[in-house]
Amino acid sequence: MKIRKKARYVDPGLCNACEECAKVCPVVKPDEFQMGLSSRKAIYIPFPQAVPCSYILNMDDCLGNNPIACGKCADVCEKKAIDYDDQDEIIEREVGAIIVAIGMDVYDPTEMDEYGYTRFENVITSMEFERLICAGGPTAGHFVRPSDHERPKRIGFIQCVGSRNPKIGRPYCSNICCMNTVKDTLLLADHYPDTDNYVFYQDIRAFGKSFEDMFQRSKEAGTKFIRGLPGDIEEDPETRKLTITVENTTSGRLERHELDMVVLSVGVVPPKDRDKVSGLLTLSKTSDGFFMESHPKLKPVDAPTRGVFFAGFCEAPKDIKDSVCQAGATASRAGALLNAGEISVEAITSRIDEEACTQCGLCAAVCPYGAIIWRKGEPAVVVEAACAGCGACGATCQFGAITMRHFTDEQLIAQVRAVLAENPQDKVFVFACNWCSYAGGDMAGISRMQYPTTNRVIRTMCSARVSEEMVLEAFRCGAPAVLVSGCHYADCHYINANRQTVKRMQRLWNKLDKAGVRPERLQLEWISAAEGQKFAKVMRQMEEIRETVTMEEIEHTKQALKPKPKKKAPKSKEAAAAAS
Amino acid sequence: MASNPKDDEIRVGVFVCDCGLNIAGAVDCGAVAEYAETLPDVACVVRNKYTCADPGQNEIKDAIRQHRLNRVVVASCTPRQHEPTFRQCVREAGMNPYLMEMANLREHCSWVHPGEWEAATGKAKDLVASAVARARLLQPQEELSVPVTKRALVIGGGVAGIEAALELGDAGHQVVLVEKQPSIGGIMAQLDKTYPTMDCSI
Repeated sequence: MKIRKKARYVDPGLCNACEECAKVCPVVKPDEFQMGLSSRKAIYIPFPQAVPCSYILNMDDCLGNNPIACGKCADVCEKKAIDYDDQDEIIEREVGAIIVAIGMDVYDPTEMDEYGYTRFENVITSMEFERLICAGGPTAGHFVRPSDHERPKRIGFIQCVGSRNPKIGRPYCSNICCMNTVKDTLLLADHYPDTDNYVFYQDIRAFGKSFEDMFQRSKEAGTKFIRGLPGDIEEDPETRKLTITVENTTSGRLERHELDMVVLSVGVVPPKDRDKVSGLLTLSKTSDGFFMESHPKLKPVDAPTRGVFFAGFCEAPKDIKDSVCQAGATASRAGALLNAGEISVEAITSRIDEEACTQCGLCAAVCPYGAIIWRKGEPAVVVEAACAGCGACGATCQFGAITMRHFTDEQLIAQVRAVLAENPQDKVFVFACNWCSYAGGDMAGISRMQYPTTNRVIRTMCSARVSEEMVLEAFRCGAPAVLVSGCHYADCHYINANRQTVKRMQRLWNKLDKAGVRPERLQLEWISAAEGQKFAKVMRQMEEIRETVTMEEIEHTKQALKPKPKKKAPKSKEAAAAAS
Repeated sequence: MASNPKDDEIRVGVFVCDCGLNIAGAVDCGAVAEYAETLPDVACVVRNKYTCADPGQNEIKDAIRQHRLNRVVVASCTPRQHEPTFRQCVREAGMNPYLMEMANLREHCSWVHPGEWEAATGKAKDLVASAVARARLLQPQEELSVPVTKRALVIGGGVAGIEAALELGDAGHQVVLVEKQPSIGGIMAQLDKTYPTMDCSI
């Protein structure tokens, strides 16, 4: 594993955070930590309690990227901690366990224009509220409205901004916003007992330990909870007061409330770096976009990739206490793995028969792990420790030289034949990869989603294991419809082995077409482990396809796909195409 | 084979799990068991209430000895849940764990086809036939052991990452904590007070 340690341009070992450098720095930038409500310099400390407790120079902000031209900070630094020539450093470390705790991002309410976040200065987000009420914030904890720095007397909180809203593609509950708002109202009641606080909500979810007590305290402190989400907000250009219109769903009446300030209780969204991390570690995500765990109940902190674990928000919205609990659980799981000292690798790796190998090198070309070593004129060799057992090589080898241990051609073909031995016309044959689509089928089961009974699923480790021969055999046995299913393109658990699946399917469709078999009888679908619903839907679609297939068609297919008496070696052109 | 090297004969034992009513509520497990007896090389069929529970596992172990089984098919839930359980079970009875195969009658059948007694039972039979066909061709396998580097990487220095790193550190493990921002603390550091205790975030 390689880590890029970014240049700080200030040596944290020397810096004593005396602030002299920032005092002389001429560059003024919005302070990200304060949500842009105050400013910082190009050389700054992120916040007073930062760890490491050291200043940092943001080179992009520094004067014209040519610090020599200014150099004021270095001049005043008594510790000589500033080094303009500091470089990023690449650190390489071997690790045995990885904990993914990349957190979340806060929903940006700009798109919900009805609340006027970008139009009205006195509409703020709950994150901005945090900075305004904090003693370490830009106003030293004096809660004022942005437009005139006066203390607001009537404050409204709007819940579920960016949560539980399928219209904007965010159907999930963000988990923390109800209690965060309850907390905010208690803070206001404590600091300024004369403010009137209104909370507009659809449900208050006070489900955790001592949450209900807090909710009741807020009501006792005078907070008015109004059931209903406002339709829009108007601003009086003179007074900058805000009027919100809301249907009170308890009374059924349309209400208008004039407020000095509105706080949008914003939800949370999956972190920006999610796809980068999931690509590196082959992780899957749920339909909400958070990381998918190995099992929702029994392996809640394990990633499907062995040795990878989750902690905190990136797995699902949760509060601080739950994050801490999960971090403890994940540390325990990772610790157990590290303590074990060694792990056994499932005996599903590839083996090459030197005698049968024609030294074509196709297997080495399709191996996503580079686990097959092939030199011209020599039989290919598998490096067992590097082989993950996807089976892409086994399905690619045309000469029967590769045996996938525990998922052999013979075993899989035997399954095809056994399933389709009787009344094949009534069955949809499904190949599902272990990690995603088979698990998606499990998810459909756990969630009790119903779908037609006609499908018969067999499992391979990766969709890339499914050879042309296996699919053709299913059709020869009389299957009206065949589905090959795997992980979503970017989520393949074998790096990118499922690209081989796509190529193979393309060749199969062409082959079927040439043989006069309707290519749509063979389908390819990507179904993730979290997509039980999609699994059920695909099974329904497959059943619709099956129903269109006649007995005559099935008989014709059997004849048309009959294997030639003796299989010839494929033409070199085809072989080259397979490897490309 | 593995359990009985002198004997070349394949002897498959099929264990059909009711899983209480999880499977037996939607699938005729008795009919599935009867059907399994007709499959090639099947030497014994046992129906269990809960195959994964100790009594169920003991029935597997007893049958392996009594019927000189050298292949086992457990027709119960998804292999993604209990494959390790049953692999361990047959290992304890002296069999190579790779000679055990599962048929997924629960997640892929009974749970998704409630109220379709006939069709679900038909599907369950096919799934067992598929598993037996595969089991007959299974070969014993040996696993490779790989050493684990005794160091953990934690990606993200928010409250979850910090806590996980500290826990691992306290347990004596080396930890590399990676944070993209200049300071650890994450979003929690930006909060003023936190619920439900109303104390400071930092």
